[in-house]
Amino acid sequence: MLTIKNLRVAIEGKEILKGINLEIKAGEVHAIMGPNGSGKSTLGNVLAGKEEYEILDGEIWYEGEDLLELSAEDRARKGLFLGFQYPVEIPGVPMVNFIKTSVNEHRKFKGLEPLTAGEFLKLMREKKELVHLDSQLTNRSVNEGFSGGEKKKNEIFQMAMLEPKLAILDETDSGLDIDALRIVSDGVNALKHPERSTIVITHYQRLLEYIVPDCVHVLYQGKIVKSAGKELALELEEKGYDWLKTHSL
Amino acid sequence: MTLTANKIALSEKYTELFHAHRSMLDAGSSSLLNRMRDIAIKRFEKTGIPGFKNENYKYTNLERVFDKDYRHILEYEQVDVDLNEAFRCDVPQLDTHVVLLVNGWYYAKNQPLQNLPKGVVVGSLKQVANEQPELVQEYLNRQAALSDDPIVALNTAFAQDGFFMHVPDHVVFEKPVQVINIMRSQDAIFATQRNLIVVGKNSQAKVIFCDHTMSSRDFLTNNVTEVFVGQDAVVDIYTVQNQNNQANSVNSSFFKQEANSNLLSSVATLHGGLIRNNLKVEMAGEHAEANLYGMSFTDKKQHVDNFTNIEHAQPNCLSNQVYKYVLDEDSVGAFAGRIHVVRDAQKTNAFQRNNNVLLTDSAKMNTKPQLIIDADDVKCSHGATIGQIDEEALFYLRARGIGEADARMMLMNAFAHEVVQNIRVEPLRDRIDELVEKRLRGELAYCHSCDRH
Repeated sequence: MLTIKNLRVAIEGKEILKGINLEIKAGEVHAIMGPNGSGKSTLGNVLAGKEEYEILDGEIWYEGEDLLELSAEDRARKGLFLGFQYPVEIPGVPMVNFIKTSVNEHRKFKGLEPLTAGEFLKLMREKKELVHLDSQLTNRSVNEGFSGGEKKKNEIFQMAMLEPKLAILDETDSGLDIDALRIVSDGVNALKHPERSTIVITHYQRLLEYIVPDCVHVLYQGKIVKSAGKELALELEEKGYDWLKTHSL
Repeated sequence: MTLTANKIALSEKYTELFHAHRSMLDAGSSSLLNRMRDIAIKRFEKTGIPGFKNENYKYTNLERVFDKDYRHILEYEQVDVDLNEAFRCDVPQLDTHVVLLVNGWYYAKNQPLQNLPKGVVVGSLKQVANEQPELVQEYLNRQAALSDDPIVALNTAFAQDGFFMHVPDHVVFEKPVQVINIMRSQDAIFATQRNLIVVGKNSQAKVIFCDHTMSSRDFLTNNVTEVFVGQDAVVDIYTVQNQNNQANSVNSSFFKQEANSNLLSSVATLHGGLIRNNLKVEMAGEHAEANLYGMSFTDKKQHVDNFTNIEHAQPNCLSNQVYKYVLDEDSVGAFAGRIHVVRDAQKTNAFQRNNNVLLTDSAKMNTKPQLIIDADDVKCSHGATIGQIDEEALFYLRARGIGEADARMMLMNAFAHEVVQNIRVEPLRDRIDELVEKRLRGELAYCHSCDRH
C-alpha cells in the first residue's frame, strides 16, 4: 500500500528526515516510535502533503502512485488520512459544514452523488457514537473550544466518517486520560479492516496496548534505527530511549 | 501651483459654488434646512477639504475625489424611467417598506407606504420639514452641528433633501424600512443627501440603506445621517454599500443614544471607489448599548476607510465594535477607532476590534485605535490584526479532501461570518452571506435585480 524509499526531507534548510525506508502492506498496523525531535511528525505531515517541507531525495509510492505528485486534497480523497497531533481551531467554520463538505468531496472524487441531508445525519450520528463524541460539539465551529481529549476524539470521528485506506495517527494518545485513550483506541480498532492500514506515531508504548501493531519502528535522528515486532515497544518502554542511543551507535 | 494653493483653490471652488447658488438651494428646500447654511459654509471655509495633514483624514485623500469636475445636483431632476419598476428588490422573504432616493433626493414617484403603525412618518426630509416642522426642528443638525468635520459642514451648507423617519414613543415598528439610494446620471455628478431618523422612547425600528449606482460614471456623494435613539428604544441600521467602482462617497452618521437604548449598526462594503464612513455615537444616557459592525471586501484600486468615534458621556454604557476587512489586489483600507470615556462615565465597557486579511503584497491596511479614558473604573479594550489566511487551518481543510480554492473560501467566509451573523434581519443576513461569498469568489456581488443596471 505504501512504500517509502530513501526519503530525505528538510525544513528551512535543516534536514529532518535522513533517508527513511518503509513498507506497509494492506491491513497492517505499524507503529513509529521515537524521542521528541526525531522527525515523527514531519513524516506524518510529508505523507499528508504539507507544503512547507523540502523533499531532498527519495520516493513515496501509495497504491501504485507517486504520492509526492499529488496535492494534499487529492491524497485525502484517495484514502490517506492524517489524524493531527494538534488539531487546529477554525472559528466560523461550522463542524457540520466542514464534515459534510469533506465527505461529499470524497464521494465526488469517487463519482458518487452527495449524501442527502437524512443520510448524512444518520451517518454522523452513527460515527459520533463510535467515539462517544458529545453531540453538542458538532454544533460548534471546527475544534473551537474543544478540550484536548475532545479534539483527539474529533479526529477519530472524522476518520470514521471518511473511512480511509491509510490512516496516520500522529500522537493521538498525547493529552488523553486513560478513559479517552480507550475510547479512541476502540474507535481505531472498530475501523480495522483487511484492506486498511494504520500508522500509529507515538512517543509512549501505552497506546500500543490498545492498538496492537504488527510492526514497530524506531525513528531516531531522522532515521529508522530499528524495526521489529510489537515486543520492541515494550523493550523501549523498559529501557528508555537512552538505551537506543548507545544501541544504535 | 503649490499644494497649499491648490487646496485653497479647491475649497474656494465649493464656497463659490455655494454663494452662486444660494437662492437655488433655498428655493429647493425648507427654511429649517436653509437657516443652517450660513454658519455651515463658514465652518467649512475654516478648514476646507481635508488633506493628508488633517489627522482625521490621514489615510484618505479626499482632495483627489473632490477635485474632479462634477455637475452639482442642486435641484430635483425628473427621472425618465419608473424606478419602482427598475428597482424591485429581489431578496427572498425580505419584507420591507421600500423608499427610493435618487441622486440624494426623495424620488417623486415613491409608492405610498401601506399600513404604517400609527404616528410613524416616513418620507422626504424636505417635505416633512415644510409640512410638519415640529417633527424635524428639535432634531435636525443637533448632532452634526457639533462636528468639526468640514465635509459634514459642507453637507449642511448644501443639503436640501433626503430620507426622513419618525417613530413616536411606544411603537414597535416591526417591518424594516429599506432606503435604496440610487446614483444615476449620464455625466459625472456630485450629490448631497441629508437623512434624519428619530425613534422615540420605548420604540423599535430597523432601517436598511442600500447604496446603488445605475450608471458607470464618476459620482461623489456627501451623505449625512442623524439618528436619535430614544430612551429604551432599539434601533438597527444596516448599510449595504454596493456601488460601481467609480462612485465615491463620504457617509457621516451620527447616533445619539438615550438611557437603556440599544443600537446596532452594521455596514457591509462590497463595491465602490473611495468610500469614507464616519460614525459617531454619543452615549447620552446610562445603560445604553451600541454594537457596531463593519465588513469590507475590496479589490482593484478600491479605498475604504471607516472612522468611528464613540463618546461615552454617561456611566454604565457598553460599546462594542468589530470591523473586518478582506483586501485583494491593490486596494487600500483604513480603520481608525476613537473611544472617549469622559471623567464621570464610570463602569463603562468599551471594546474595539479590527481584523484584516491581506490577500496580496500590494494591498494595504492602516489601522489606528485611539482610546481617551478620563474615568478610572472602566473596562476598555482594543485590538487589531493584519494577516494572511491561516495556513494551518488551510492545510487542515485540504487534508480532509477539501480543494484549496474551496478551503480558502471557507476560511474567508468564516472570517466575515463573525460580522454577518450579527444582522438581526434574517433574509438580509442570508443575502449578505450570499453576496459576501460571491464577492470572495471574485464575482460581482450585486443583487440580481440590481445587477442589471
